[in-house]
Amino acid sequence: MSTASFALRDSATMLRRNLRRMLRYPSMTLMLVGMPVVFLLLFVYVFGGTLGAGLGGGVGGRAEYANYLTPAILLMTVTAVVQGTAISVAMDLTEGIIARFRTMAIARVSVLTGHVLGSLIQAVIGLVIVTGVALLVGFRPTAGLTEWLAAAGVLLALAFALIWLSVALGQISKSVETASNLPMPLILLPFLGSGFVPTDSMPGAIRWFAEYQPFTPVIEALRGLLLGGPSAAEVGTNTAIALAWCAVIALAGYLWSKRLFNRESN
Amino acid sequence: MPTTTPQPAITATGLRKSFGDKVVLDRVDLHVPPGSIFALLGPNGAGKTTTVKILTTLIRADAGTARIAGHDLATDPNGVRAAIGVTGQFSAVDNLLTGAENLLLMADLHHLGRTEARQRVAHLLERFDLVEAGRKPASTYSGGMRRRLDLAMTLVGSPRVIFLDEPTTGLDPRSRRDMWQIVRELVAEGVTIFLTTQYLEEADQLADRIAVLDHGRLVAEGTADELKRRMPGGHVRLKFTDQRALDSAVHVLGRQASRDSDALTLRVPGDGSLRSLKPLIDRLDQGRVEVAELTVHTPDLDDVFLALTGTPDTPATRTPKHEKAAIR
Repeated sequence: MSTASFALRDSATMLRRNLRRMLRYPSMTLMLVGMPVVFLLLFVYVFGGTLGAGLGGGVGGRAEYANYLTPAILLMTVTAVVQGTAISVAMDLTEGIIARFRTMAIARVSVLTGHVLGSLIQAVIGLVIVTGVALLVGFRPTAGLTEWLAAAGVLLALAFALIWLSVALGQISKSVETASNLPMPLILLPFLGSGFVPTDSMPGAIRWFAEYQPFTPVIEALRGLLLGGPSAAEVGTNTAIALAWCAVIALAGYLWSKRLFNRESN
Repeated sequence: MPTTTPQPAITATGLRKSFGDKVVLDRVDLHVPPGSIFALLGPNGAGKTTTVKILTTLIRADAGTARIAGHDLATDPNGVRAAIGVTGQFSAVDNLLTGAENLLLMADLHHLGRTEARQRVAHLLERFDLVEAGRKPASTYSGGMRRRLDLAMTLVGSPRVIFLDEPTTGLDPRSRRDMWQIVRELVAEGVTIFLTTQYLEEADQLADRIAVLDHGRLVAEGTADELKRRMPGGHVRLKFTDQRALDSAVHVLGRQASRDSDALTLRVPGDGSLRSLKPLIDRLDQGRVEVAELTVHTPDLDDVFLALTGTPDTPATRTPKHEKAAIR
C-alpha cells in the first residue's frame, strides 16, 4: 500500500477511536451541543422581545429576532464543538497513549486527522440539532435547496478551519483546564460582531472591530443565504469573504498543529 | 546472505543529550545482543527514561548514533518504529476504551487483517489473563492489569526489540513477579528486551547484562556477577540485646567495626568465610560479649549500586552519605 492509503487507513482507525471515546463520554458532547441551545432559548425568550424591537425592521419583536439570531447560534455551535476538540486533544496528550502512537510506524498525521474528522461529525450532529430547535422556536428561513447547501458548506468550512485551530490550541495547552479556556475568545467573538445585534448600534472602535473580524462575514453570509440578503451580489461577496477567512484559518491551524505535533515531547 | 554473527539488537555510540545547560546523557555507549535482556539501572534522574526516549525515536539525541534492529535511528526512524515496541513508565492505554478495544486499535494500526487481528487480540487477552476484563473500560483496571494490558498492546505488532521503561514501578510484589515471568517468556521466544529499572533485584533477576547509569554517564557494565565481584563489600552484622553489650563489643573489636547505637548493631567488614568468622567469634567469646544475632552479608547489587552512584564529582567512590557504603 502507498503512503497515502496508509494515512487514510490510519486516519479511519483514529476516527473510530475518537467516535468510540465520544460515545463513552457523552456528557461532553451533550454539554457542547447544549450550550448553544441554552443561548438560543435565552436570547429568543428572555432578550428576544426587546432586542427584536430594536432591529428596526418591519415586523420587529421576538419572531424577527429568532431569525436574526439563528446564524449566530449556528456559529456558536461550531465554536462550542471546537472547544471540545481542544479539550480532547489536550486529554490525549496528558495520557500516555500519544507517546505510544509516536513510537509506532503509523502515519503520524492520522492522530490529528482522527480528531478533526471526529469533531467534524460532532459539529454536523450539533448543527442539525440546533437548527431543529431554532425551527421550533420560530426560525423561518426562506432558503431553497441551493442556499441550504451553500450555508451548510460555509458552516462546514468554518468548522473545519476552527477545528484545526483548536487542535493546535489543545496541543499548546499544558493541561486540560487550559485547553478548555483557550478557545474562549472564539465563543465571545460572535458577540463582538453582527451575531446578536447589528454593528451599527456599537460605538466607534468596537464597531470597527465588529465589522472586520472574521465571524461577521460568516454570520452575514449565513444570514443572506438562509433568510435572503439585501442583494444576491452582497450575499455572494460575504460568502466569498467568509470562505477566504476559513481557508486562511484552516491552513494556519493545520500548519501550526502539524508543527506542534512533530516537535519533540520532553 | 549467510551471517556469521547475529547483528546486535541495539548499538549506540556516544549518545549525548542536554536540556538547556543540564547535561542529561553524556557519551553513552550501548551494545545489546539479540535475544537477551539488558537492564539499564540507575537512580531517579539518572537519564534512563531519556535514553529510552531517544532509542524509541521520541526525542533526538544531540550527538551520537544508534542502530536498532539494523535500522539507523537518525535516517530511518520509521524502520526503527516498525521493529520496536515500547511500554513506558506511564501506562499508554486508552482509558475510555475496553481492554479488547485497545488491543484491536493496535491491531488496526499495525494493518492486520480482520481475522488475524481478532485471533491476535483473543490470544493476548488469554495470555495476559485479561479475558474477563477485556470487556471493561481500561479506566476500571488495577495497576497490575493496566500494566499487563499496556504490554499486551506492545506485543500486538510482534516487535523484535521491546523497551520496558520501569515496567514494575508501583506494582505490588505479586504483579511484579508476574511481569518478570512474562519478560522471561518473551526472551525465550527470541525477543530482545531493553529494560530500565531502579530496582536492583529486578536487574539481578532478569538481566543478562546490566549497565549502571548515574548522572547521565555509564559508570559500570557487566553481568550481575561481574558487578558484584567488583565489590569487596561483604560484612558480618552483629546484633546485641542492650547498649552495654554493644559497648563491650566495640571495646573488643576496636575501630574496624562500625556501630549503629539505635539498632544495637555492629558491622564488621569481612568476606563471611569460616576462616574470618572464627577469630571474630573467638575474640567476642574472650571478651565475654553476649551476641544476640550474627548474620553474614555477601555483597549484593545494593552495595554495587550505592557505591557506583555516589556524589556527582566522585561517582565511583564510596561516600559516607550511605550508611551501608560507609564501612570499609
